[in-house]
Amino acid sequence: MGAAPVEVEQPATGQEAKLDAPWVTVVWNDPVNLMNYVTYVFQKVFGYPKAKAEKLMLDVHHKGKAVVSSGTREAMERDAETLHGYGLWATVSHDS
Amino acid sequence: MTWDPLDEGNGGSRGEPGEPGLAASFRPVPGGAAAFFEPPQAGVIRSLVSQVAELVSADAETGEAGEAAQAGNLEAELGLSSHAEAPDDPVLARLLPDAYSGDPEAAAEFRRYTEETLRSGKVASAQVVLESLPSAGGEVRLSEPECQQWLRALNDVRLALSVRLGITDEDDDLTESLAVDDPRSAYLWVYQWLAYLQDSILDALA
Repeated sequence: MGAAPVEVEQPATGQEAKLDAPWVTVVWNDPVNLMNYVTYVFQKVFGYPKAKAEKLMLDVHHKGKAVVSSGTREAMERDAETLHGYGLWATVSHDS
Repeated sequence: MTWDPLDEGNGGSRGEPGEPGLAASFRPVPGGAAAFFEPPQAGVIRSLVSQVAELVSADAETGEAGEAAQAGNLEAELGLSSHAEAPDDPVLARLLPDAYSGDPEAAAEFRRYTEETLRSGKVASAQVVLESLPSAGGEVRLSEPECQQWLRALNDVRLALSVRLGITDEDDDLTESLAVDDPRSAYLWVYQWLAYLQDSILDALA
């Protein structure tokens, strides 16, 4: 449902940050987590405003996955670990 | 992801006469959320939350016992896990997922450094639920931090149940495909009730 799939967007963290730290945390869709729970988790973990958290949640839901944060590999591993604590399915990868 | 199933008008099999009371849900109160639980409701939640906590902690204690016993103590102190591979049990594998796909080496390294913390965090969430929910039931009043722990613990239970129920597609309606006498249908019902409870906590916090 929803719009045609497009490329998963980078959160607006700035081009410089992206070039310096080409690592991302990806959250994958699953059939269990409630949509409003996922939005809540993005707000709690990343401090994102509700609108941004909701957009990312919908990206995960409709496109199957979304980049939820970018930065150093260590920071992305911390993010993935935190998201696993909330029961979300998160992976770390190179932003290639 | 899924919507709260009880919010969609198709949840007619739940909350009907003959299955009274399982519609207990949280309401907002100053500083958190509150709900009233009948003893059987408290019993169901306590049992499932305990089972997840046992699953997550029991397996941790038996991991590579023996030759690594002494090193294990130090590793435990440092929060390191002797586990490098994803658990064989599909429920544990869902609760403790790989953080790298297609890179087993990186996944193993990540697991080694994070799995113990992840396991103990899940046990801690379960303990908050067990401490705040008497087996006799009654009024349960949660602070906001407790609400967060409840959300995590209920989510872990739902993840575990989803594996046992074989829920792989959010559009699957198991309420229609499961036979009435399928033993899983009772768990499906609990699975959906827990989603409803989770949703009510989120509403109360909003």
